[in-house]
Amino acid sequence: MYVQVYFLVTFFERRRSIIKHPDVLYLKSYPTVTVAVPCYNEEGTVAKTVESLLALDYPKDKLSIFLIDDGSTDNTWEVFKKFENIDGVSIFKKENGGKHTCLNLALEHSTSEFFGCLDSDSLVHPQSLKRLMCTFEVNPNIMAVVPSIIVLNPKNVLQSAQKVEYEMAIYIKKMLGFMGGIHVTPGPLSIFKRKVFDNLGPYRKAHNTEDQEIALRMQEHGYQIDHCPDAYVYTMTPHSIPRLYRQRLRWVYGFIKNVVDYRRLIFKRKYGTVAFFTIPSGIISIISVLFIFSTLAYNIVSFIYNKISQINLVGISNLHAFKFDWFFFNTKTILFFSIILYLLLFTAMIIGRKMVNEKRALTINILYFMIIYSVAAPFWLFRAIYNAIISKESSWTMERLPSNT
Amino acid sequence: MEHHKTNWSKIFLVFFLTITLFVIAFGSSRYFDQKRIDQLRSIEDKISIDLLSSETQFSLLQELSCKDISTTALSSELNSLADKITYSENNIGNNNTNVISLKKSYSLLEIKDYLLMKRITDRCGQKSVFVLYFYDNDDCTDCIKQGYVLTGLREKYPNLRVYSFDYNLDLSAIRTMISIYKVPKDLPAIVINGKVYSGFQTLEVIEKTFPQLQSIKKKDTPKPKTNTTTKTGDQTTDIPQATN
Repeated sequence: MYVQVYFLVTFFERRRSIIKHPDVLYLKSYPTVTVAVPCYNEEGTVAKTVESLLALDYPKDKLSIFLIDDGSTDNTWEVFKKFENIDGVSIFKKENGGKHTCLNLALEHSTSEFFGCLDSDSLVHPQSLKRLMCTFEVNPNIMAVVPSIIVLNPKNVLQSAQKVEYEMAIYIKKMLGFMGGIHVTPGPLSIFKRKVFDNLGPYRKAHNTEDQEIALRMQEHGYQIDHCPDAYVYTMTPHSIPRLYRQRLRWVYGFIKNVVDYRRLIFKRKYGTVAFFTIPSGIISIISVLFIFSTLAYNIVSFIYNKISQINLVGISNLHAFKFDWFFFNTKTILFFSIILYLLLFTAMIIGRKMVNEKRALTINILYFMIIYSVAAPFWLFRAIYNAIISKESSWTMERLPSNT
Repeated sequence: MEHHKTNWSKIFLVFFLTITLFVIAFGSSRYFDQKRIDQLRSIEDKISIDLLSSETQFSLLQELSCKDISTTALSSELNSLADKITYSENNIGNNNTNVISLKKSYSLLEIKDYLLMKRITDRCGQKSVFVLYFYDNDDCTDCIKQGYVLTGLREKYPNLRVYSFDYNLDLSAIRTMISIYKVPKDLPAIVINGKVYSGFQTLEVIEKTFPQLQSIKKKDTPKPKTNTTTKTGDQTTDIPQATN
């Protein structure tokens, strides 16, 4: 609750600082930028990703696009070849080694002043790069800028639920940006000053969450990360529960392991927001969800157990008939606490929707999100903690298996 | 590179706001708990008046025939009172002084009703079975099971009168009952028509031990709608479940 109140206070304090760029934007200068697209078995989606990069409103001679095939077993390389003769596009093929190895290969070959990554399941808005670069121009102290990620064409209830989650994340990311507490520079088009890698070193495997590790490394060294709310990137999200489960397992596992790796930051005054807010609130959130879920599960199991005991003892026909009475309506403190918490989350979702210019503040997707995540999230949280204890890594490539697996 | 400075004044402001929200949540819960206690108290007041009315009627018995005896003792409100007290113990706390006080009043009302009903039964020769049930709220899983069985029995035999008592409730009247019937500490214990049975008793065992239950068995005819005033012996109480 403290975290959500903090975000809300920050929002009211800084809402006028949320910049909306004009439709056509002109920068004072156009630095060189390399965008690396690491791929593993992405034959179905990568062409559209590259086409969206080619459609960026940015001087063509200033933009390099690196396509890296991480040892795909499908026709990804053949798709790459269709783009190899286009100016500014370079293609690379290497043995499978994970996303961080693709990005480091791109870094080795890049001479641009800025470097970014774009996941091959994402499409960029034509103005996104200009808007990101504008953020650097406005504040030269910023070392990395992260975009707003929007769910691309949600087709089912699960993806609609994720759409709400991603919209809420835009609001949270912006607030963390204001507070200097961003702890992830996500795969879809986060842009860095080249100096970041020159000074801090290349990407690390970091438990298959290199985007979290590089952000924490930057925070450790006092490198500012900001968020550009209207730099839109559209991403494909898992369409089934097992795929969502695998993705989130990797994210949460990565968070836990990276937090362990960077535990030296926690509650150290010199590291500011990340040390006192972002990391502790992430840990508390995980513990809270697991606690609430465990309590709820215990109550449900107890209720069922008691009912079965009753039936065994007296038979169904002699069971005490249920009669509704307001007296028995649960009004424990935890209920009101939950209502306030859900209202704060609800507010966060609505602000997020406003930030991406959704016309209707209310949508049924909010309900989908609350139901699906309340039930499913504890499972990947439990598993991630278990995996973290036994150090069983979740694989990036596992999420890219064909749909029928 | 310079790290982002911590804004301590904002941290404290948010802390204060969060505490305020906690207080609102806690206060709302307390408000509804108090409403519950008020409701319980009002039910008990009503039952108390009903009992007084019954006793007055009984005093006039000599001038009335048995078929004219009507009482609101153990009226429909009392049926749910036990459940509500059990719920309050679980949710408000079994150490809450208000809840303990309500429970004591409820136990006294039960004893008064038991004594009155016994006298009416004796005077008018009605077929009634009385069960006194002693339970323990702490560490007694058999008490939970016994509560289910007695609730089930009451469903099967609506004219069965079950009076339940917390063995450890600090109430002299209960202590006297324990002493009179020599109720052992081995709980649950039930007293049926004056005989004490210690330990868990299944529904079948109770039925076998007391064939007279058949004489008050529920008829298969549809139940009449709830009356506020009922004939003597037509009502029973719900059985509190031990709260451990």
